[in-house]
Order: sequence, then C-alpha cells, then structure tokens
Amino acid sequence: MASIRIENLRKGFGALEVLKGIDLDIADGEFVCFLGPSGCGKSTLLRSIAGLEELDGGAIRLGDRDITHVPSARRDIAMVFQNYALYPHMNVRKNLSFGLALNGMKRDEIDRRVESAADILRIKELLARKPRQLSGGQRQRVAIGRAIVREPKLFLLDEPLSNLDAGLRVTMRVELAALHARLGATMIYVTHDQVEAMTLSDRVVVLDKGEVSQFGTPLELFYQPANLFVAGFIGSPRMNFVEAEVAAQEGVHITLSGGGLKRPVVFEAEAAPMIDGKVTLGIRPDRIEIVPPGEGELTGIVRLVERLGTESHVHLSLEDGRDMTAVVRGTHPVANGETVHLRLPAPHCYLFDAEGRAVRRRLDAETEALIVNEKGKRVA
Amino acid sequence: MTIAATAPAVVQKRRSAFSRHLTAYLFISPWILGFLFFTLGPLLFSLTMSFHDWPVVGERTFVGFDNYRTMLLEDPQFWESLWITVKFAAIYVPFNIVMSFLIALMLHHATFASGFFRTAFYLPSVISGVALVTIWSWIYSREYGLLNFMLSLVGVDGPNWLGDPGLAIVAIIIASLWGFGGTMLILLTGLKAIPKELYEAATVSGVPGWAQMLFITLPMLGPMLLFTFITSIIAAFQQLTIALLMTKGGPLGSTYFFAMYIYDNAFKYFDMGYAAAGSWVMFLIVLVLSLLVMRWSSAWVYYEGEVKGGDRNA
Repeated sequence: MASIRIENLRKGFGALEVLKGIDLDIADGEFVCFLGPSGCGKSTLLRSIAGLEELDGGAIRLGDRDITHVPSARRDIAMVFQNYALYPHMNVRKNLSFGLALNGMKRDEIDRRVESAADILRIKELLARKPRQLSGGQRQRVAIGRAIVREPKLFLLDEPLSNLDAGLRVTMRVELAALHARLGATMIYVTHDQVEAMTLSDRVVVLDKGEVSQFGTPLELFYQPANLFVAGFIGSPRMNFVEAEVAAQEGVHITLSGGGLKRPVVFEAEAAPMIDGKVTLGIRPDRIEIVPPGEGELTGIVRLVERLGTESHVHLSLEDGRDMTAVVRGTHPVANGETVHLRLPAPHCYLFDAEGRAVRRRLDAETEALIVNEKGKRVA
Repeated sequence: MTIAATAPAVVQKRRSAFSRHLTAYLFISPWILGFLFFTLGPLLFSLTMSFHDWPVVGERTFVGFDNYRTMLLEDPQFWESLWITVKFAAIYVPFNIVMSFLIALMLHHATFASGFFRTAFYLPSVISGVALVTIWSWIYSREYGLLNFMLSLVGVDGPNWLGDPGLAIVAIIIASLWGFGGTMLILLTGLKAIPKELYEAATVSGVPGWAQMLFITLPMLGPMLLFTFITSIIAAFQQLTIALLMTKGGPLGSTYFFAMYIYDNAFKYFDMGYAAAGSWVMFLIVLVLSLLVMRWSSAWVYYEGEVKGGDRNA
C-alpha cells in the first residue's frame, strides 16, 4: 500500500481547462472520495492518476515513486469502472485472471489470487459464468475482484455503484467499507452521491469547476464547510441561504441584520474575523424552527409540504422571493399558503463573506469532539 | 349458462384478434407480395426449369435429374469453372476481410480527416460494376495502363496483366478487392461499438496492445467477422461482372468463373434448364459452405444476447 501525492495537476481538453492545478496529499490506507457535480473534473482526476489521460502539467507520486510519466500498466494500480468493463466473451474466472496471465504470472499464483478474491467477494459459484449471466451486483463484485487480484498499491473506483438500484447500492456500500477495512488498501473513489462519500470516506475531496473546493473529513465538510459551494453541496435537503449585512462586530461575535432578517442574528466565530458589508447567512433545513407569530427572524409563505412520516419538508417562499426549506419533526400541521414565522438559532448558523468564503464558526463541544474523534480514527 | 354467456365474448375476442392480425398482414403485404412474385416465385420456377430440357424457343421436356447428372459427371467445364471460382474465393475472401479490417482499424484510430478517408475508401463500393471495369481495364492496359507506367518508372517492364493466363485472375482479384468499402464499413461500425473501457481496463491491467487486439477486439468483432465472411463467400461465388467485361473468361479460360459458366449456358447456348441446374448447384455449394462456417463460428463468435447454460440471475 502507499500514499499518493498530487502536485499542481493540470489537464484540459482543447480550450476547456478541466483540472486547474490540483494539490492533494492522500495517506497510506486512506479511503478518499472525489465528490462533486457532473463536469467538475472528478473522473478526469481519477483517470489522470490511472494514467489514462495525458497531463498538461503537474506531478503524481505514489509512495516515494514519481509515476507522472509511468505507463498505466506499471503504476501498480487497479481501477474499477462505472460500467464494470467486464470482458463479455470471457467467463468470470477468465475476467479475473486475464491481465495476470498476460503479465507472465505462474498458473498456481493466478489460481491462488483468483480463489482468494472470489472468496472475499463471495463469487466462487459464479466463476464459470459469463458476465451476461450475472446480476448488476454480481458484475460489480467481479469488477472489484479484477482489481483485487492485482494486489495493487492503489485502488481507483470510478462511480462503481451508480449503475445499481438504490437498495443494492446500500448493500454494496457496506460491502465496500468492509472490503477496505479488510484489505487496508489506499482507495480513491469517485462519486456524485454525497451519501456514498460521507459514509465511505476517511476524507472527501469536494471538487468544483476543476478545483479543490475543500478536502476534509465528512463531518468537517458538514460542520465547517470552507465556502458556499461546499455548504450548499453537502447535506440534504441543501442548506438555506439568506442575504444579510454585518451590523456590528465585537470580538468573535458578529451581529447580522438587513436582507430578509426581521431581528438581528448574533453569529459566533471561532476567531475574530475581518468581515464587513454584505454577507450570506446559511442554515440547514433541520435547524430552522417554526415559531409563533411575533417570534423568529424570518417569515415565509408555505408553498408545499412533503410529509415523510418521521419528518416533514416545508418548502417556503420568503418575502424577498427566495426559496427556503425547513425540515420539521413529525407531521407538522402547517398548510399550503399559510404564513409561518421562522427562527434561525444562532449556534447553527453559517456565515460566508461576500466572496463566498466561510467564516469558521464556533462549534459546541460535542460536535467538536465528534470531528476530532473522526480525524483520530483516520490517523489510527 | 356460463358457456352461453361467454360464447359471444369468445367469438368477439377471436374476431378482434383476426382483425388485429389482418391489419398487421395488410401493413406487410407489399413486402409479402414482392417476396412471392420476385423471390420465391422465380426460385421455384428455376427449380422446375432445372428438371427440364428448356430451350428458349421450342419444346420443354422433363428430364428429371439429367441436367445435374450431366453437369456433375460429364461436363469438364463445370469442374474447371468451379475450380477457378474456388481459387478466386480462397484468395479473395481472406484478403477482403483482412484488408477491410486493417483499413477499418486505421480509420478507427485516425484523428485526422477520418471522415474524408472513410468516404474515399467507401466510394468504389457505390460505383457501378461497368465503371469499375472501365477504370481497371485502363489501369491494367499493357501499353498505356497506369500500373505498367508506374512499374516503368522503377525500371520494370510490366506484364500483360489481362492477357497472361496466370495473372488475369490476380488482376480480377485486385479489381474485386477495390470494392471492399462495404465490408470495411461494417467492421468499422463494429470497432466503434466496442466500449473503450474494455481497452482501458486492459491497459491498466498491463495487457499489451497485441493481446488487446487478439483477446478483446477480434472476439468482440466476431458476429461482424462472421457476417462479412459469409457475404464475401457469396460474393466470390457470384463473381461475374468483372470477369465478363474485363476478360470474357479468358485468356485460355483462366478467368472462366462458375457464374459465367451459368451465364453462357443461359444466354449463349440458350439452355435454360441446364443453367438453372447450375444455379441450384451454386446455391447448394454456398449453402453448405455457409453452414460449415456457421458451425465453425460457434467456437469463436460470441453473441451478447445469447445465453447458453447457467441461469440469468438478473
């Protein structure tokens, strides 16, 4: 196994710059997800690491070896493709052993690796079958098996679960996590599904328009997003944003007013920031409280209520025309067209400057402990 | 009572099924009529002819298998023309497929002007046989032909391509191969349909290029290769236009193909029954060859939709 270091990686297709100088440091044995919307460059970054893309600049080091210009086959990596890329005319055993046999590996060793991978992935009874005789989940296992038999230093997985149905995706997610724990290998996993990224990863790289927006643990991204993009991308339903202005600042306490706010909100920063003028206030839907008339910082008109049983999603229009979503426990009696009053509890608010950069907020001791604990696990 | 009540419903159902089928048959009737009158009809007619002594003018006499017996046992020209056709097919078929495959491969990987080259390579396939013969007759001409002119540039005195019994068939093979565009296009389409992830997965696994070609490209092209193999065999056995117009079967009968033998019997000697028997013999030979190729292909052709043994656990 090995660590991987990416320095100033650049890649374009014609005039389109897809990767704009990526820097990453991934530790040995870490499970890292590349997360971002379509077109953010996450697959291109993975393919660049695999050696399937010619780079415009930058360097990639695997362990202490510079692999920037090393052909794909000699990078000591294995890749799992989104559509599995199984050879349809070969049976499962042949699919697993194909690359090994052509690299001059001895028959005994090939058999040992194939049997071992089949054992780990519980596909022993499928070895004689052709891919077309397998279900989606079984094909996925074979694709992962083909990576395992190579015993690589680095596993690259390109949206490996996106072709599976929702139920199977959850099962395979759990299996992948178990596989990572068992192999202890360094894995890089590309996904646009934040649930996959949050549940599987030690750390997540959030990519936006070819740049690293934030690189941190899942809880760090959730509780301390670095910018508006990450704040809006992580969390479902997505975070609500309200325009506001800095009315006063006293040390770490920033008083916000204006915009749609009927009462000021006092935001507590981690350290006294230099901030002024127009800002954006963020709050996650499940932190908004519906309060009696005369209370709260905002009012909105209910447009739609989605009752999911344990919670209800209340879609609102604010006075300034912005949309907002509130998640309330149970089946709240609120009705369409009703005007509701909303409280934004200050400890759960996020603050972003005019450029969209986050002001690090003071977290409560419990959350802080959670993040530290998560980081500690990763290091361990 | 139940039966009485349901009987009209059953009749109604049958009627609606009939009218539904009738509509479907009416929709495909132009094809059915065309097939009956222009394919199946002439086919059966020619089969009947083959059992007759059938001059164009005069009395038709039923002769049973006489035409076939005479052809197979007493007519050396039948065996000679068949042998020439088999020789032609044995060279033309593999060359046609290999050349089409190589050009398709180049076009598949071409990044520059691939559209232009695709059109250029396909163009000979759309020109008429007569035009093709005119062009190649000029190329092969001993005195003012392009081929001999080019050979003269390097100091070689070009041979008489169409006048030499050993070279004439080679000349016809080359001219026939010029129309490889159709085969090339089929294989190019097949190449484009192979998912590039298969090659990427192989590349990452350290599978060398030659092995990717041998173990991925060729098996994935299997159905297309089989199709072009069979159609090439059929085309080779039907070879007529080029030989008829370019060499008229000569020199010394060296390009007297089986199709020309049938043609001469029909339109030179006006022995329609004998010619029809020749056509049926050709049909049977092509059929047997195709069946043999099909049987052999099960060892190397893979079909994505086919499931043999095992369960499909989708």
